[in-house]
Amino acid sequence: MKVSKHWIEQWTQPGWCAEEMSEALSLAGLEVDGVEPAAPAFKGVVVGEVLRVDKHPDADKLHVTMVDVGEEAPLQIVCGAKNVRAGMKAPCARVGAVLPGGFKIKKAKLRGVASFGMLCSASELGLAESAEGLMVLPSDAPVGEDLRVYLDLDDPILDVDLTPNRADCLSHEGMAREVAALAGSAYAEPYTLITPEAGFETAIQVAVEAPDACPRYVGVEVRGFNKDVETPLWIQEALRRCGIRPISLVVDITNYVMLELGQPLHAFDADRLKGGIQVRFAREGEALVTLDGQRRVLQRNTLVIADDSGPIALAGIMGGEATAVGDETTRIFFEAAHFKPEAIAGRARQYGLHTDASHRFERGVDPALPPKALWRAVDLLLSLAGGEVSRRVAVESFEHLPQPATITLHQEKIEKVLGMVFTGQMVESLLQRLHFQVEPIGVGRWQVRAPSWRFDIAIEEDLIEELARLYGYNRLPESAVHAPMQLGNLPETELDEQALREALVQRGYHEVITYSFIDAEMAQAFALNQQTVALANPLSEELAIMRPSLLPGILKALAYNQKRQQLRVRIFEIGRVFAQTEQGYEQPMKIGGAIYGSRAPLHWDTPVELVDFFDIKGDVQALLAAADMEADFTPAAHPALHPGQRAWVEHQGQIIGYLGQLHPAYYKRMKLAESVFVFELALPPLLQTRLPAAQPISRFPEVSRDLAFVVDRSVPAAAIEQAIAELDHPLVVQVQLFDLYTGDNLPADKKSLAVKLRFSSLAQTLSDEQVDAAVAQVVEAVQRATGGVLRQ
Amino acid sequence: MQETLSKLVEEARDALSKIESLADLDQLRVRFLGKKGAFTALMKQLGNMSPEQRPKAGQVINEAKQTVQALINEKKAALEAAALAAKLAAEAVDVTLPGRHVDIGGLHPVTRTLNRIERLFAQAGFTVAQGPEIEDDWHNFEALNIPETHPARAMHDTFYINGRDLLRTHTSGVQVRVMKSQQPPIRIIAPGRVYRCDSDQTHTPMFHQVEGLVVEENANFAQLKTLIIDFLRRFFEDDNLKVRFRPSYFPFTEPSAEVDIATDLFGEGRWMEVLGCGMVHPNVLRNVGIDPDKYQGFAFGLGVERLAMLRYGVNDLRLFFENDLRFLQQFK
Repeated sequence: MKVSKHWIEQWTQPGWCAEEMSEALSLAGLEVDGVEPAAPAFKGVVVGEVLRVDKHPDADKLHVTMVDVGEEAPLQIVCGAKNVRAGMKAPCARVGAVLPGGFKIKKAKLRGVASFGMLCSASELGLAESAEGLMVLPSDAPVGEDLRVYLDLDDPILDVDLTPNRADCLSHEGMAREVAALAGSAYAEPYTLITPEAGFETAIQVAVEAPDACPRYVGVEVRGFNKDVETPLWIQEALRRCGIRPISLVVDITNYVMLELGQPLHAFDADRLKGGIQVRFAREGEALVTLDGQRRVLQRNTLVIADDSGPIALAGIMGGEATAVGDETTRIFFEAAHFKPEAIAGRARQYGLHTDASHRFERGVDPALPPKALWRAVDLLLSLAGGEVSRRVAVESFEHLPQPATITLHQEKIEKVLGMVFTGQMVESLLQRLHFQVEPIGVGRWQVRAPSWRFDIAIEEDLIEELARLYGYNRLPESAVHAPMQLGNLPETELDEQALREALVQRGYHEVITYSFIDAEMAQAFALNQQTVALANPLSEELAIMRPSLLPGILKALAYNQKRQQLRVRIFEIGRVFAQTEQGYEQPMKIGGAIYGSRAPLHWDTPVELVDFFDIKGDVQALLAAADMEADFTPAAHPALHPGQRAWVEHQGQIIGYLGQLHPAYYKRMKLAESVFVFELALPPLLQTRLPAAQPISRFPEVSRDLAFVVDRSVPAAAIEQAIAELDHPLVVQVQLFDLYTGDNLPADKKSLAVKLRFSSLAQTLSDEQVDAAVAQVVEAVQRATGGVLRQ
Repeated sequence: MQETLSKLVEEARDALSKIESLADLDQLRVRFLGKKGAFTALMKQLGNMSPEQRPKAGQVINEAKQTVQALINEKKAALEAAALAAKLAAEAVDVTLPGRHVDIGGLHPVTRTLNRIERLFAQAGFTVAQGPEIEDDWHNFEALNIPETHPARAMHDTFYINGRDLLRTHTSGVQVRVMKSQQPPIRIIAPGRVYRCDSDQTHTPMFHQVEGLVVEENANFAQLKTLIIDFLRRFFEDDNLKVRFRPSYFPFTEPSAEVDIATDLFGEGRWMEVLGCGMVHPNVLRNVGIDPDKYQGFAFGLGVERLAMLRYGVNDLRLFFENDLRFLQQFK
């Protein structure tokens, strides 16, 4: 909210400059985002009076004027504005003036006629976004006075970012109360409001059917005012600097009073009302065209103002078009009501609306305000445009009016929460500065009653915050937590995910963090038959589905880097993926990665080779090794992967992930360059590791033998290792596959796989006979399992 | 005899001077000292001498033989040294050529920052708690004293799945889960991704928070202040870091505060908001079954990207999620 410092100072004079006021407010919880003068920088502009207007001899659209700027002689100024006329007063930029944007005014010749300055429009001075013609100043404006002084344009405007609990500060009066409390400065109402004693009886009846939602409704009729009176410049200026556009006198007055006191008001065109006014909830099927021209079908939870024709306003949110005050209106009904926050909260949002009124009502407006605000508005209207006012119509339900909280405050509780003793004298004086009623009811105990405008005060802690706030958070003491010294658990079989990150980083991977929401097509491609989760209100189609896999995001990051000439990319991510199940949502943690480009960084002694399946498999195996975990790689059916280069990763019979080359169809779809290899693994199994259980090591020499088996090409290499493992020969301590051969000397459908076997015994040095016997058993086992024969 | 020997030694010396390889040297050794060599032949002549002459003659032959042997050994050592020197010279490399497999990746700066935060709080006995990112309304709002129509909801531009489920807008929901499952004393931090329906230069729809929670019988605001000041000074490794607390409003804490920091790095008098905190609202404790008359708590929530930006001088929030390698490679 934008507030004017000089307006605040009508109630209290803290003696602060704008920076001091900003700082004090910010440190009291009313954060000031910025301070700007009421107008952009300009200088050398004064009040000018146009004395003469003559046609320009050589230009149809220009006039030659003589303007009194309070100097000895009037200035000759050429002016193109349509509304220029003799006798008017307007801002005049003299030679030497600088207008917003640094535009300098110099002596000039316009179509041969000398001009010594410029008459200005409001937009040329940065006081309006657009303007037709010169800015018209009141006839009593003092000629020659600097415009910045005359319009108080150096008034600092504070942009205050109010938290939702401080609706009481959504007005200048409220801000002034706060400033006075913070500064300890005197606070007084700037004017005395006179309540008219008598008035005519209005025919407009008010019936409140929902007193719990609207416990107070007061209104008056005003008639016979001069509809042609324009809003005086001082009200226009007050509205403008608070960010509200002037519209018409009556509307401007309601807005002015709202900015001044915080009470939203509404004015109905009384001639357009049909019968009396009702305050009730909307009925099924009712609709209303609101002031913004939108027809809105109303929901039954919506409080409305209605007449005999149906709803005429969304209570506390926005008026209706049909009863709006217009240029010809001469009879109005002013409404000042208290709508309870519960009755308004969320309703504006329901209709896609957010108005100055709804913003205040849903946070809470002082229920004591409506009569005061009403008379203030009436007073302004009558004094500016005349007319007569009716007697007040008031419907009030005192039982439903919000009652200020009455709270027992304990001195020891203050100490317990803040860690500091507040003396009784401090407690009383601090709270009284904020208009709380404080009554001692025993030693270190008070009965505290909040003022009617403080909707946010409900419990003892709220009062403690007020004390802390006023005392100053930064003056409150500090003290360390004292707690028993306790060691926590340190489960050794639980791996930190950090270890997995490090394993990949050591292998050249960079960690990425990608959005958890992706587009539907990619989600589908990687969903693996799981049901995906869609957002109801996504930012865009691209960010609409909760990712069922990390890979679409990783691949997007890969494509991004490919586009930026990265020839070698290795990236990974750890994060949650999402799926819908019958029970709810699954949100497991995964680790996934992608590699692309050359196997090794460019190097003088390393051939440039592109990555292939066994690079990504090596990375996956490194992760498994970090977790000391065994897994099987079996052909996979993942639809987004290359049919000949994809595998499931299985651990203890469970598929925990997959790896492979991206399916060629996706290169084009994802705008990727070939070839890309990916993996994704469930994280939790990788975080379970084994407690090492040490085995004895042999003191005798090991023997190794290399065996090459010729098998059918279709036999997986793992089958040979598995056959040897299943033999479980006590002397075989290690099996390593070290060669794969196809080609010359072998039939076309055969391949040769060579393994190195290591033999050892805990008890003795092995003899050739013992090793030969073991080799024979191995050969037989392999032959039985795979049909492989020893290559001669 | 003496003359013959002198001649033989001279002859050996002369021959040795022309030898250039170990093989030639060995041939020479055989020629002079071998079984059929010159010296062996001379020794054989001893048998023809008188017993009186024999010891004397034997001694001079042996002396001459030893001289030749010494000459050969000397030559052998010289030749071996030369061979080694040649081998080493041939094996010399250009030490300025790059080594192999110089290829280390790096952690994302957000992870790096999270790790730092976690390690700092771990020192004070905080454990890490996790929670779901698709959260329900109760954990994200209701339990935290933010009912359906509360204006504070408008401050949380929420992504919804449906009327009940949503993407968590803060990690504060984790404190609800922890407090429901555990009685005090509680000392946790909850790092993680959070989501807000907002995207512009200074907002991304996803970012990271660390929520911290302490619930103990005597937890108070003074302790909260100390912990936060301490954390920020340790995090930035700046004992002179200025820290200030401003009253603020969160429905789930009372009193509430926002915390600003200032250092010369940010420019004179510039305060940067880094976190929100406060004493846990008694309604929240009640909602999770902890007696607010017995226990008090304090909680804080810090923006990880914000801290990372200040710490590492990152000037654009969006860089964190573009994953440009040229950016990531700066964090090793």
